[in-house]
Amino acid sequence: MAAHAPTASRRRWGSTVAGLLVLAVMLFPLYWMLNTALQPDSDLLQVDPVPTGLDLSGFSKALGDQGGHLLTSLVVSFGAVAICLAVSAPAAYGLARFGLRGSRTIVFGTLITQMVPGIVIANALYNSYVDLGLVNSYLGLMLADASLGIPFSIVLMRSFMVSIPGEVVEAAEIDGAGPVRVFLRVVLPMSRNALITSGLFAFLFAWSDFMFALTLNTTDDVKPVTLGIYQYIGAHVGDWGAVMAASVLSAVPAAVLLVLAQKYIAAGITGGSVK
Amino acid sequence: MTTSTVTAPASAKTPRKAAAPDPDRARRRRRLAQWGFVAPAVAFMLLFFGYPLVRNVVMSFQHYTPKTFFTGEAPFNGTDNWASVFQDVLFGKALWHTLVFTAGSLLGQFCAGLALAVFFNRRFPLGGVLRSLILLPWLVPMVVSGIVWRRILDQDTGVLNTFLDTFGLGGNTPWLTSPDMALLSVILVNIWIGIPFNMVILYGGLQEIPKELYEAASLDGASAWRTFRSVTLPMLKPVITVVLVLGFMSTVKILDLILALTDGGPADATQTLGTLTYQNSFVELDFGAGAVVGNVLILISAVFAVFYLRANRTEGK
Repeated sequence: MAAHAPTASRRRWGSTVAGLLVLAVMLFPLYWMLNTALQPDSDLLQVDPVPTGLDLSGFSKALGDQGGHLLTSLVVSFGAVAICLAVSAPAAYGLARFGLRGSRTIVFGTLITQMVPGIVIANALYNSYVDLGLVNSYLGLMLADASLGIPFSIVLMRSFMVSIPGEVVEAAEIDGAGPVRVFLRVVLPMSRNALITSGLFAFLFAWSDFMFALTLNTTDDVKPVTLGIYQYIGAHVGDWGAVMAASVLSAVPAAVLLVLAQKYIAAGITGGSVK
Repeated sequence: MTTSTVTAPASAKTPRKAAAPDPDRARRRRRLAQWGFVAPAVAFMLLFFGYPLVRNVVMSFQHYTPKTFFTGEAPFNGTDNWASVFQDVLFGKALWHTLVFTAGSLLGQFCAGLALAVFFNRRFPLGGVLRSLILLPWLVPMVVSGIVWRRILDQDTGVLNTFLDTFGLGGNTPWLTSPDMALLSVILVNIWIGIPFNMVILYGGLQEIPKELYEAASLDGASAWRTFRSVTLPMLKPVITVVLVLGFMSTVKILDLILALTDGGPADATQTLGTLTYQNSFVELDFGAGAVVGNVLILISAVFAVFYLRANRTEGK
């Protein structure tokens, strides 16, 4: 198979065309979401393939109805990220470095937690939350959402911190730094990438959470946008333009992260699962 | 002070006599500080994963009613919950739907993901950009994806039927409204959701395979298919196991997607163990029955995990 240069290059561009087609099929639903959002009056009609004008009334309605829920999602997600990192970063370091008895069991247990179905957790958690007065509270939802990211973060950061050279830590210890100081001043700055990746994923998990939002809230006090949109279709089946506009808004963080932090996302998906 | 930490081999170096208690004490204090790093995470995981597991088992033997949350009373009722759940036709249906849904989703996601991973493993212009853009569906909240698909699959005004209609291909398919079609539709949507994740992990695995192996295969004159079967697949096996196990864990407990697409209907045609747990507990407020179904779900996951761990161990040796 002696491929001449022109044929080889043509074949490479052929792959690009095929890749574009695959991408078009995969991203079509998201295009359609945006397209429908821009045609708010097409509820019971067929939606045109391309928006004929720039009708943003769907978006303004969605912002009016769901703006508060978007804000709730942001607050809850950032809270969950803070809890998740505060709990899992020290643990990852402890498991990577101290050689504590039981470390292996803890790491194994961390992996096993991924096996526990969320709805089973919610089933028990709801009853405890009722007893503790955490139903319909920001703190309750933040804690539950943090649990989605903690096992992942521990595994990811631990596998990174294991590779920090022992000499670096020992040098700091010789200078008289205690374990907390070493962790804060030496280990954390060196683990910047792993921290960012963990934080990003903790955010995405919390932002996407629907199940805890659905089960741990009985009133409208703490309603993230995922729950807001779900209840929206229950109440407004005829108002697809606004529903889709709200969906577009809820997908914005994902799109922004993918553009700005693509390197970390790819690292997280492979690192968190294969290690 | 007596030494309770002599088990550590390092203790041979330090003087064990009472004359020098300080290094020992310092060491113990250091151990304590070290545990301080790990303890919050262990406590958190025990509370949010360990405790719910135990509580669910207990709950499955308790009688919950809508009144329970006012009175706080959930008396034990033996195996009543178990008996009533197992006698319910819906449970058998949900179990079957869960198995079909999981097997169908995994098969579709994995094959498509592998095909795309192999495709993107070749170098071509814009390959990297296209590959990362395909991740987008995976990053959108699953409920939101479900709702978008609900609009696309609408029988009368959805774009899929409009599209099929222009080609005269049965543009009136009741994707989500017919009990015969709904489960298949839900599986297809879930395959769409899972492809990016499968692709990224398998792509990562493909990148790790040494290029020399492919050079050797091509020197031997192996065909593309032969190379794939004899080089790619065996080298990829550990990654394939990981993808399938993680896929199984996240698929078997599905809830968000089905609630967004069909709410378990029509006529319970898409009811799975996950949605049935939700319905029992949070719609009918019969947490005892919900706990029973939840325990079955855990049991299935656990059996699978044991097989996985055993397979892993024999492979490691």
